[in-house]
Amino acid sequence: MSPGLRTPAPQLSGWGRLPVPGREIRSEDLAGVARSRPLTRGLGRSYGDASLPPAGALEVAGSALADRLLAFDPETGVLRAEAGLSLREILRLFLPRGFWPPASPGTAFVTLGGMVAADVHGKSHHRDGTFGRHVRSLRVLLADGRVVDCDRETHPGLFRATLGGMGLTGHILEVELTLQRVPSAWIVEERRRYDGLDALLAALRAAAADWPYTVAWIDTLSSGNALGRGILFAGRWAEAGEAPLFPPPPRRRRRFPVDLPEWCLSPFAVRTFNALLFGTAPARPQRRLLSPEQFFYPLDAIEDWNRMYGRRGFTQYQCVLPESERPGATRRLLELMIELGGASFLSVLKDMGAEGEGMLSFPRPGVTVAVDLPIRPGTAALVARLNRLVADEGGRIYLAKDALSTAADFARLEPRLPAFLAERARWDPHGRLGSAMSDRLFAPAARGSQIS
Amino acid sequence: MKIVLLGATKGMGRALARRFAERGDELYLLGRDATELAAAARDLATRRPPGGARVEHGECDLEAPDDFGSALDAAISALGGLDAVVVTAGLFATQDRLEADPVLRRRLLEVDFVRTIEFCEAARERLLARGGGTLCVFGSVAGDRGRKPVVLYGAAKAGLTAYLEGLDHRFHAQGLRVVTVKPGFVRTSMTAGLPEPPFAGEADDVAARVVRAIDRGWPVVYAPPIWAMVMLAVRNLPRALMRRLGF
Repeated sequence: MSPGLRTPAPQLSGWGRLPVPGREIRSEDLAGVARSRPLTRGLGRSYGDASLPPAGALEVAGSALADRLLAFDPETGVLRAEAGLSLREILRLFLPRGFWPPASPGTAFVTLGGMVAADVHGKSHHRDGTFGRHVRSLRVLLADGRVVDCDRETHPGLFRATLGGMGLTGHILEVELTLQRVPSAWIVEERRRYDGLDALLAALRAAAADWPYTVAWIDTLSSGNALGRGILFAGRWAEAGEAPLFPPPPRRRRRFPVDLPEWCLSPFAVRTFNALLFGTAPARPQRRLLSPEQFFYPLDAIEDWNRMYGRRGFTQYQCVLPESERPGATRRLLELMIELGGASFLSVLKDMGAEGEGMLSFPRPGVTVAVDLPIRPGTAALVARLNRLVADEGGRIYLAKDALSTAADFARLEPRLPAFLAERARWDPHGRLGSAMSDRLFAPAARGSQIS
Repeated sequence: MKIVLLGATKGMGRALARRFAERGDELYLLGRDATELAAAARDLATRRPPGGARVEHGECDLEAPDDFGSALDAAISALGGLDAVVVTAGLFATQDRLEADPVLRRRLLEVDFVRTIEFCEAARERLLARGGGTLCVFGSVAGDRGRKPVVLYGAAKAGLTAYLEGLDHRFHAQGLRVVTVKPGFVRTSMTAGLPEPPFAGEADDVAARVVRAIDRGWPVVYAPPIWAMVMLAVRNLPRALMRRLGF
């Protein structure tokens, strides 16, 4: 560096690009770098501050270099690996051998440890549940330096608190999980558009019976009869006779080159984009053969796509609403979003199956909605309004996406929080572990639990 | 290929070993720590499609030169031959630490220059005795020019690079292929926490390029490739300017 170019203070941010002072220290020896630090971070795909250091700390450990395969049994599909192994590597190494992870989020740029910490879900949630359901055991570095193995029999409390515990119970060092056997390396996709929310929700439910993978994109800008219009994507693995014998070629990744200027996110631009996308989707079911990458991770084709939301960054609001207990909850959420003018590009809608085992796992039966929100002056207030509605409907928010909720909101949204904090206090009584997220969401509640 | 790797449990060596293993090369890992070697071998064997050859390993400490010959001989007999030796092991420390700590300074200069050359000599003798082969050694862009942040580390790597070039000239006709790798800033645990310059690269991208260099016998390879241009510019900056600049 030349004297004229001062080295800026190091900054760290989540996928939503809201930075805090901080630095990630990566090493092949994860236990070594994690021992003296309050948090371990994977590939930084959580949107908010889940992977950022708490107040008083500057550094978090990074797991991405601790990515060794420890064992794989081709008979049972059981894989054991270090926590930094990425989903992308798992797919690259094991899809050619006929195996696929039973639950996978919308990006492959996540680590095993990150998938456990957020107890991620995917397009197969209605059938296969969360990632945690397929985890057999975990090795965790505790706050006091001990390394323990936990599963459903040994330290079940630690196991259940660590699934979906956002890395706040200990540093996840190793993960053992069961991969699913698949008949080919290709996906048969069927998609069609639906003109309103009721039709789309009904179609999602109907598709769940026949298809292992389902998801819908909805246009959150249209109101009236077109409210919640969207495109349903359903998928399944191609059978051996339906697909080419060769695996799909690796996709070329393009980089999003610039931070988009603000006008690209104007209501007019977004409305046009959504209308184009909806208008070009087929009105009758249309089938095609896709690579798993195209079907599961469409946005992974564009590196740094988070720059689309410009320099001010963005967040994602994802909640789950108990639609069958409170019919119309999804409609009420969309109506509020339109009223407050918060909606942006294509949003995601999916029906969810069983609740996860983790003490703070996000999924529960109902409908989940995920909406990207560019950061603007009123975004925090918008999130607060949405949180109020979700709490009233008995729903939840997803911590892997959250950046702006307050501790008071979260306490209302999460009746399970005190139990989680009590379990966490058993394993970290001195509060050595933490993140910017736990500072933000747990602070008052945590003090309460220490008194009790 | 039958390949011996020294320093493949971490960093760029690990990424390189994975590329070799996945394409079916037969590997023998040399390193200091038996537990790490066993874990690395298991990782590589699990990556390799079923039915592939084994990955073996044995201990060899770059600071114990008397054992270099016997460690290499054990590797050759386990592999049943030898086509290439790859050396990624070495020490790194910042200039500030090396100036402040004379013990570490001597150790780094010895390991990165004297011991590495002694290991290369042992490997060179054995490759030539079998009619030739590839000796691939990791130098550094730090060796291309004396610079403020890498005065000592760069000096050791510059000496090593000069040795490797001489070796290439002297033994090329006898079938020795010397590949000198000059990584730029690569995101590994060696550089963790250092301020990142432009053009920082990933270990696996370096590995992909080194595999190609070994297959094609390129004598010098910068990785990521952009560093060839960067260092061309740096080598040609006037001394008066280098004294004033921070790099």
